[in-house]
Amino acid sequence: MIKKYFEKLQIALLAISSMITTVTIFLIVVFLFSYGIKFFTNSSIEKGYDIVVHESNPIQKLSPVILQQIFDQEYTFWHEVGGNQDSLEILHFEDLPNYYTEEQIGAEFELVGACITDYLSKHPNAITIIPSINIDSSFKGKIVEVASIKFTDVFTTQKWFPTSKPIALFGILPMIIGTLLVSFGAIVLALPFGIACAIYMAEIMKSRWRKYLKPTIELLAGIPSVVYGFFGLVVIVPIIKNVFQLEVGETALAGSIILAIMALPTIITITEDAIQNVPNSVREASLSLGASKWQTILYVVLPFAKNGIITATVLGIGRAIGETMAVLMVTGNSAIIPNSFLQPVRTIPATIAAELGEAPFGGTHFQALFTLGCILFLFSMGINLYVNYTSRSKN
Amino acid sequence: MSSKIEITNLNFYYGNFHALKNISFTIPENQVTAFIGPSGCGKSTLLRLFNRMNDLIEDIHLDGEIKIDGKNIYSRNTDLIQLRKNIGMVFQKPNPFSKTIFENVAYGLKVNGVKDTNEINSQVESALTKAALWDEVKDKLNKSALALSGGQQQRLCIARCLAVRPEIILMDEPASALDPISTAKIEELILELKSKYTIIIVTHNMQQASRISDKTAFFYLGELIEYGSTNQLFTAPKIERTQNYITGRFG
Amino acid sequence: MNKYIIEKIVFWVFRLMTLLVVGILVWILGFIAYHGIQVLSWDFLTKMPEEGMTKGGIFPAIVGTVCLMVGSMIFAFPTGVMSAIYLNEFLGEGKIKSLINLMTDNLAGIPSIVFGLFGMALFVNKLHFGDSIIAGSLTLGLLVLPIIIRTTETALKSIDDTYRHASYALGASKLYTIKNVVLPMAMPNVITGLILGMGRVSGETAPILFTAAAYFLPQLPDSIYDQVMALPYHLYVLATSGTDIETARPMAYGTALVLILFVLFCNLAANFIRSIKN
Repeated sequence: MIKKYFEKLQIALLAISSMITTVTIFLIVVFLFSYGIKFFTNSSIEKGYDIVVHESNPIQKLSPVILQQIFDQEYTFWHEVGGNQDSLEILHFEDLPNYYTEEQIGAEFELVGACITDYLSKHPNAITIIPSINIDSSFKGKIVEVASIKFTDVFTTQKWFPTSKPIALFGILPMIIGTLLVSFGAIVLALPFGIACAIYMAEIMKSRWRKYLKPTIELLAGIPSVVYGFFGLVVIVPIIKNVFQLEVGETALAGSIILAIMALPTIITITEDAIQNVPNSVREASLSLGASKWQTILYVVLPFAKNGIITATVLGIGRAIGETMAVLMVTGNSAIIPNSFLQPVRTIPATIAAELGEAPFGGTHFQALFTLGCILFLFSMGINLYVNYTSRSKN
Repeated sequence: MSSKIEITNLNFYYGNFHALKNISFTIPENQVTAFIGPSGCGKSTLLRLFNRMNDLIEDIHLDGEIKIDGKNIYSRNTDLIQLRKNIGMVFQKPNPFSKTIFENVAYGLKVNGVKDTNEINSQVESALTKAALWDEVKDKLNKSALALSGGQQQRLCIARCLAVRPEIILMDEPASALDPISTAKIEELILELKSKYTIIIVTHNMQQASRISDKTAFFYLGELIEYGSTNQLFTAPKIERTQNYITGRFG
Repeated sequence: MNKYIIEKIVFWVFRLMTLLVVGILVWILGFIAYHGIQVLSWDFLTKMPEEGMTKGGIFPAIVGTVCLMVGSMIFAFPTGVMSAIYLNEFLGEGKIKSLINLMTDNLAGIPSIVFGLFGMALFVNKLHFGDSIIAGSLTLGLLVLPIIIRTTETALKSIDDTYRHASYALGASKLYTIKNVVLPMAMPNVITGLILGMGRVSGETAPILFTAAAYFLPQLPDSIYDQVMALPYHLYVLATSGTDIETARPMAYGTALVLILFVLFCNLAANFIRSIKN
């Protein structure tokens, strides 16, 4: 009797183990998205600060992007940002001691409210930042409403200044474009070689040589990405620098080349499998009609293996988009939208890897990196579901 | 009756396996010759030697001669593509390419460099007509060939090989995957085609061999046991083993 | 005749492209072996880093990586094998099985940096493990779980049903049959999965960036709640952010070589086990 229950218990344990992958995906979704979505409830102003202007200033609300530009001194008149004709003046909070004595500010900064009120009354065209705790009875001014981070802003803003003060900008467009550019370059480089190699292995090569080539390709897949990154850094990057006469060799091209090498095993293995799955009689039918071996491959075998090749391409792209270390080491990581392959770029995974260590836990920046993680996650899910769907519809 | 294929002292090996043993006979032009025998007797292997399809397999070895129209096809200067173009092949299972019906038949013409659209169109029609398929498919030439029934697919495969105007057609159990009605249609077709083509058919089905072939060769364990007119071989076999096989005592 | 010439040219192009692919592999391995072998020595393997990691050895990184490999397998290997047993032997075809299969495939496709994020959020912070061997091992364990499950499943599938039936016919229960008949037969291939998983774990960097890896530690870890140095992260640090990148370069080559040897060894061992089985 006890033995039977013990057996039942063991089977239950097996069942629980089998749920772990599903539970993990569920937990990943929960953790990633709980931080990732919270990001959109933040204001882009540093926590505990407010933006203030004189009461007479008609400005009610400013977007984070414009505010950032204001503090970058890109505007000289209020009407440029939708206000009146006055010139625009900025009071940097840290400059306050230049205008007021220590006694006026107060030992604990408790009188800042009054000082800023005074400053604004003398400079009605000024804008400044003030700690929220200093907005007390002595403060007379208008708090400018700053829109919280909007979904559309994040995807359209071109600037990523996650730590800039007082206004941080979280435009992930450069990262999205950077990721796509590097991956696109990788797949364009890898596909011809991958398909050629797969065709050579499956159709042309003698099987006794194929026996050696297959483990070699597997080995290529086994090399850690940080080693690829290191190789790229010490070999590919200097070559690119010299060949194209660049200041720095860390470019999108370097990333694409390394990613192409890393995507090759995936593309070769899956394409070769697809080609092997083409029934022999189809090849023979084509040959018996007087087609050459190459014509047979081109007109019959490849169309037959088309779905497999598409799957290989999609998985190759997936591998490239999610790759972190190698890309981090060779692409230069500047968060600007590149206009050629010879410029540094920054990808989504590289951004997470480079910045998460420095982002304060639970802060806006931290959450923004989780939002990037969500994008990556959704992307990989999309690719997996697509591959799963196509492989099932084939059966 | 002139001979089309002459086989002299043929030995064939897969690695160490002696698949065909010292085979010599001649196959007549414009007749149907059937190869019969139990599985693994070498009949399909021999068939696939005529268009050198076995070349695709690694580690094979061949002694002796196969001459088609007096030329040894295993000589060094054989144009393999030309050889295969002259020899059509129909397989056990219908294997149309996953292209349209039209493209399937036009395929052989295109790979052989025919570019003139009018010529391709007329050749496709004539091949489909000869394969007794034209009336069934003329309205859906641009549909996928895979949508046809099994019997239609097999006739399409025959049309596909007729389009390149071969002189010899090799058929490797062409009806074994088909229902009786489709089989009857294929057999009828073979009888119509034999006036213009030399047809060699491998079959498991002895009734089929007796119905459609003029000559029959019986193989057993890689040896040619008996070869003669179908009539004689089925009614008065000279060798006991043939007798046993056709009466169903073994195999 | 034209056709033959085209075919010849095309095939030669393919041959050259294939050679180039193999050439790249040889280049990468050769380059790292050539430079790495010059610093590889007993001291390099057994000494602590010295002088801002530009001298000395990489002993703590080797120890850390071994800790992470062992730790992740302690979690992932039994879980993966049990999961595969349940999927292959107990769970019939149906919605649940296809869901689990789908999720396993999905898990295998998630970028490693996302595992890093997840591990940091769950193990480091929520469960308060901090940056530690255990947090890194669990994160890496989840990463290789699909590999273990898939290889074990394949191994179990390759065992002919007649063995199971023979055991049932002798009155053995299903669980007994699996434990005493099926699993022992499948073991060589299951072990192959374990070793391939270890190879994968030894090279992963992104998942341990925020869960386990330390830039530099003067001593070896005392407990599973300690941070560790790890080979791949150490290579990253030496290559990009050390105190003196140029003088640290030989150390980087040596680390890269040791890392590759880890992976190579795992690959060869897996192939070897596979070949003695056949």
